[in-house]
This record gives sequence, C-alpha cells and structure tokens, in this order.
Amino acid sequence: MSDLVLPDDPDFGWEVQVDYPGYRSTRFRAPDRPLVTLPEELHRLDGPVFGEDDLGELDWDLTRQHEGEPIGERIIVSGRVLDEDGRPVRGALVEIWQANAGGRYHHEVDQHPAPLDPNFSGAGRCLTGDDGGYRFVTIKPGSYPWGNHDNAWRPAHIHFSLFGRMFTDRLVTQMYFPGDPLQELDPIMHAVRDPKSRALLVARFDLANTQPEWALAYEWDIILGRGGGATPPDID
Amino acid sequence: MRTPSQTVGPFFSIGLCRRDENELGSELRLHGRLIDGAGEPIADGVIEVWDASRRKWGRCGTDGQGMFEFTIDPPEPRLYVHVLARGLLRHQLTLLYPPGASDELLDSLPAEARATLVAEQEDGALRFDIRMQGERQTVFFSE
Repeated sequence: MSDLVLPDDPDFGWEVQVDYPGYRSTRFRAPDRPLVTLPEELHRLDGPVFGEDDLGELDWDLTRQHEGEPIGERIIVSGRVLDEDGRPVRGALVEIWQANAGGRYHHEVDQHPAPLDPNFSGAGRCLTGDDGGYRFVTIKPGSYPWGNHDNAWRPAHIHFSLFGRMFTDRLVTQMYFPGDPLQELDPIMHAVRDPKSRALLVARFDLANTQPEWALAYEWDIILGRGGGATPPDID
Repeated sequence: MRTPSQTVGPFFSIGLCRRDENELGSELRLHGRLIDGAGEPIADGVIEVWDASRRKWGRCGTDGQGMFEFTIDPPEPRLYVHVLARGLLRHQLTLLYPPGASDELLDSLPAEARATLVAEQEDGALRFDIRMQGERQTVFFSE
C-alpha cells in the first residue's frame, strides 16, 4: 500500500502533485519538465463567460432528464463558489458528471459489469447565482473498480468542472462524500499531499437542506481563484 | 487555500463533450495530436482553446488517434490552450502562436522549446501537436 498512498506532506502546498506515482496513469502523462513562468501581463486576463443560453432547462436536475426516475438514493448537492477572500464568484459555469448508483458511467468505454440505468445520463450544468451558489439534484453515485492496482476501488465521487472570472480560475476536480472508507486508500485523492487541502474535496452532510420524505443533502463549497481584490488589467 | 485539482478521469466526455463546441472562428482549421511520453496518442484528453483577443472559446475531446480539431480565426497574437486528460491530475496551460510569430516570451525560450509553441502550416490548416513529456515536450506554463 505504501507506494500507492504516500504519507501526508503539509509542506507540499495546497495543489495536487501532478506526478504522483500511486496513480499509475500519471507516468507517461504528467509533464516531466519544469513549468515556465508566464509573464504576469499574459495571464491576468478574463476567461470565457457563459450564460443561460449554454444551459438546458433541466440540466441542474439529473433525476428528471429521462422519462422515468433513476434508481438510487436521491440527493441534493449545493454550495457556493467563493474566492480565497470568501467573496462569491457569480456566473461561474459548473459542469458535473458521475457514475450511476451502481457505479457505472453512461460511457462506451466503461466496462464495469454493473447495470446501466436507462433513466440516468449522469451529467449536469448550472451557473452560480449572485451569492456564488449552485444546486444540483442527482443520485448518489456508487463506487467502482478501476484497475490501478490490486482490488482498487474509487471512493464515491462527482466530477466538477468550473470556469471562474479569470482565465486562470479554471478548475476540474472531484467532490467526495463524508465517511467513505475508500478515501484513505485512494491515490487520486492522496495526490493532494496536504491533508487540509485534501479535506476541501469532501462535502459535508447537510441536514438543513435535506427535504424530508424526499432527499438527503450535501453541501460543498468550492474555493476558486485568488483573493486580494485585484481586477484584471486590460490587455491584448 | 483553494480547492485542489483532480483528474478529469476517463469518462469526462459525458459531462464536457455533450455538444459541439470546437468552432471559435471561421477562417482557419486547427488540428493536432495529443501524445504521451511513450509516443502514444492520448485518446481520452480534452483540449480547450481561448482566443482572448476576440473573447472566443472552444473545446474538443481527442479521438482514438489522439486528434483534436477546431475552426479558428488567425491568432492575434496567440491562443491560450488548456490540456486535460485521464492521468493528468491538473490541467496544463500552453500557448499557440501562428507560423513565423515572434514576441518577447517566444524569444526568451531556447529554439527547441520555442518550436513547441508555434503551429505549422499544413495544407492550408494549422497543425499543433502537444507532447506531454520527453525531449520535445510542449512548454507548459505555471498559472
């Protein structure tokens, strides 16, 4: 196990270790030459802006995209997208995708012998509101085996993709569920070496937002983009 | 402290490639191949292109040969390119310049590194291969 999950290292920094050896697919894909520093004026720039036109009517509700209801535990996943100073990031495009309740993706490459659910595609989109808030209704995804090492199973997770204000505020990450024993064994999570930073990937059970007799709820805030109140200079 | 990155994994196309989004211009075809450190094509990658001067954005998943394709307008002066893939725990940033381009940043790089950022003319289209590792690795930038 030791070569899969390296010891915590709070000094590594908050970001993920891109060449983390426990996740085998990094071997031929993580860049092996040092990154070049981009001149400040080249990367302090606005990013793409998305609007309602980019959304489908029911993109936020993954349980209502087909004729019938998907199998599984209905959940509400909501939270706020904030910068490092705690200010809301408005109008951020949030895209999610996930496995179904049985741990199978609606994707031709996924050969895990768990059933596909004809009523679940597992993809959603929304824009954050004025308070940085987002909200999805979905099904709790199942765990699934992934062949990285002997008896490897991914902890249950939802993939998130975000576009913030600045071009450099691009983030693709995964949200995990509290109390999942597979997390301590997962090289992808542990590629974030700082335990405090890794903890930011785990949602909180959210009793206040549950809907009695209908759905449990999880809250997950996302910290996207530097604080400091800097506004981007006009360039190019 | 910000929320850290995680890989897109192998199944991102259900979330990120639901619609055609690879037209951010009309004048030029841009295509290329995403290649790993063993020289193999990366079939589960996604390339995002940002034309900051025109505020046009697009993305394209790679196919079984690692190929991606966009329609763009001629870069003035450069395009920003994000690379995401299974096996890549954080997206990487590179820049695409048109053939013959020159600026302070390009001129500051050694010739081999500079060449990885400059697209080639190929049958009226631009060709831009992206190599994740090795002697000819594409220059990636810190953000």
